[in-house]
Amino acid sequence: MAMAMTLSLTRKKQLLFGASLLPLLGFVVQQLVSGGGPDPGKDLVLLTGDWTIRMLLITLAVTPARRLLHKPQLLAYRRMLGLFTGFYAMLHFTAVMTYVVGWNWGRFLEEFSERPYMAVGILAWLLLLPLIATSNQWSLRHLRQRWNKLHKLVYVIAILGVVHVVWLVRSNYAEALVYALLTLLLLGYRLLPSRTARKHRAPVS
Amino acid sequence: MIIKRPTDIPSSEITPEAIYLRRRDFMRGSLAGIAAGLLPGSLMAEDSTAPAGQALTYSPVAADATDQGFDTREARTPYEHVTGYNNFYEFGMDKSDPAQYAGSLVTDPWSVEVSGEVEKPGAYALEDLLAKVQLEERIYRLRCVEAWSMVIPWVGFPLADLIRQLGPTSRARYVEFKTLYRPKQMRGQRSAFSTIDWPYVEGLRMDEAMHPLTLMATGLYGRSLPNQNGAPLRLVVPWKYGFKSIKSIVSIRFTEKQPQTTWAQIAPREYGFYANVNPQVDHPRWSQKTERRLPSTLFNPNRIDTQLFNGYGEQVAHLYQGMDLRKYY
Ligand code: HEM
Repeated sequence: MAMAMTLSLTRKKQLLFGASLLPLLGFVVQQLVSGGGPDPGKDLVLLTGDWTIRMLLITLAVTPARRLLHKPQLLAYRRMLGLFTGFYAMLHFTAVMTYVVGWNWGRFLEEFSERPYMAVGILAWLLLLPLIATSNQWSLRHLRQRWNKLHKLVYVIAILGVVHVVWLVRSNYAEALVYALLTLLLLGYRLLPSRTARKHRAPVS
Repeated sequence: MIIKRPTDIPSSEITPEAIYLRRRDFMRGSLAGIAAGLLPGSLMAEDSTAPAGQALTYSPVAADATDQGFDTREARTPYEHVTGYNNFYEFGMDKSDPAQYAGSLVTDPWSVEVSGEVEKPGAYALEDLLAKVQLEERIYRLRCVEAWSMVIPWVGFPLADLIRQLGPTSRARYVEFKTLYRPKQMRGQRSAFSTIDWPYVEGLRMDEAMHPLTLMATGLYGRSLPNQNGAPLRLVVPWKYGFKSIKSIVSIRFTEKQPQTTWAQIAPREYGFYANVNPQVDHPRWSQKTERRLPSTLFNPNRIDTQLFNGYGEQVAHLYQGMDLRKYY
């Protein structure tokens, strides 16, 4: 613990950066070491999908964690977590397009129009794009109040993301239910009218 | 009875196996050490893929068998993938779960309950059933409903050979199969979140069951089935989606009415009783027009067009003459 306390913020951010890349690194190492199983494209689709929703939930957990743990300084990590959500979402989209859709746009339109879980995923992904584009100091300064409004989209994205995940379950709902429950808790927290929540509300960004 | 001395193995079978073993030695020596240090146990599941099981006595597939659909010239999916990557929800949801967890299943002794519209019902010891049949090799494409496929050299016997000996009555119009239900050894059956109502049930129409392509497999790659592939006895119906090819069978029942099969019960809009491979009829949640032939790689997804009846149309299309395949999917 004492060590952790003495780490500079920059060093901690570097550590978080490395940790956020671990799932992808693990995949790469697995490919190199074991040849990676017979269907690595599908594995990549699932891995990146899983880490998109996980990163999204971790990002959404920052605000409650700041208040409940009385650590307002956690805000410093939120942007990086949000950008990693975007990073895994980009990879997920690319993997789906490469290994499921085969970059065939006719097929893409068919998937979008005929498969609601795909449409919901794509919608979530599209909504992520403006958030990624405005995750920088410049946008923050120039958009001001509008930045806050814009980034409320993350709640919509979370709901769409979870709908996407629950919808594609074939027979075992355990993992999807965990994601749904966590999303419910994290979004529900924002609706709490409780005085404590308001009292501890730290300035947003 | 199904065990044979190594000298009896056709030479064609010995070579590939030797290569696998050599490859495994190489992997063990040079890479596994690094891997063991880096990777969690689940990634090391490969260890269960060394050819296991007993060598079987069987007649190799005949040279002219391609016309009947008994053989294919396509490249076989390597043993390690056939046995290391599949669905067998009784052992878990991930495709590596069966290889990792099926070791706990005890398949000896094994008995099969034969019941329903049949002249010789009863509980048959597996040895007694196998004593009535001749094992042969069949090299089939296997198309999973999830849009991936493999080519697998099975060892087994035509289901028709067994059915003839059991003597179904004239009222028998369908055959129903059940997988073992033994939660103590099958961890997937213990999951509280599964929507599957165990045991797993599958079925065929009588003419489908009697078709020469329909195989009861006891082995693959010349050796007895590894547990994860459905030991000791499983069905293989190559023109239907993989989930029809029920594993670890303990019950064969002849019925007048169409059996209530597991997936058709869970999601009737997504999985029908027939489940014939058909690129024109999409699964509601994904397209069936193409498939990834495994092994695929990140740089070559190996996507190929899916064929009607998985390419066995010449042999089986007549079974479905006049049927609307969109309605009876
Ligand atoms: C922010 C948006 C998204 C999130 C949070 C998300 C999340 C996920 C998750 C968690 C999975 C399941 C992984 C598993 O079963 O282990 C998944 C699978 C999948 N997603 Fe997404 N996804 C998103 C966007 C998209 C987009 C844009 C597309 C299409 C272009 C897409 C298509 C798919 C497909 C095809 C699968 C695999 C289904 C299967 O074959 O099992 N997703 N996604």
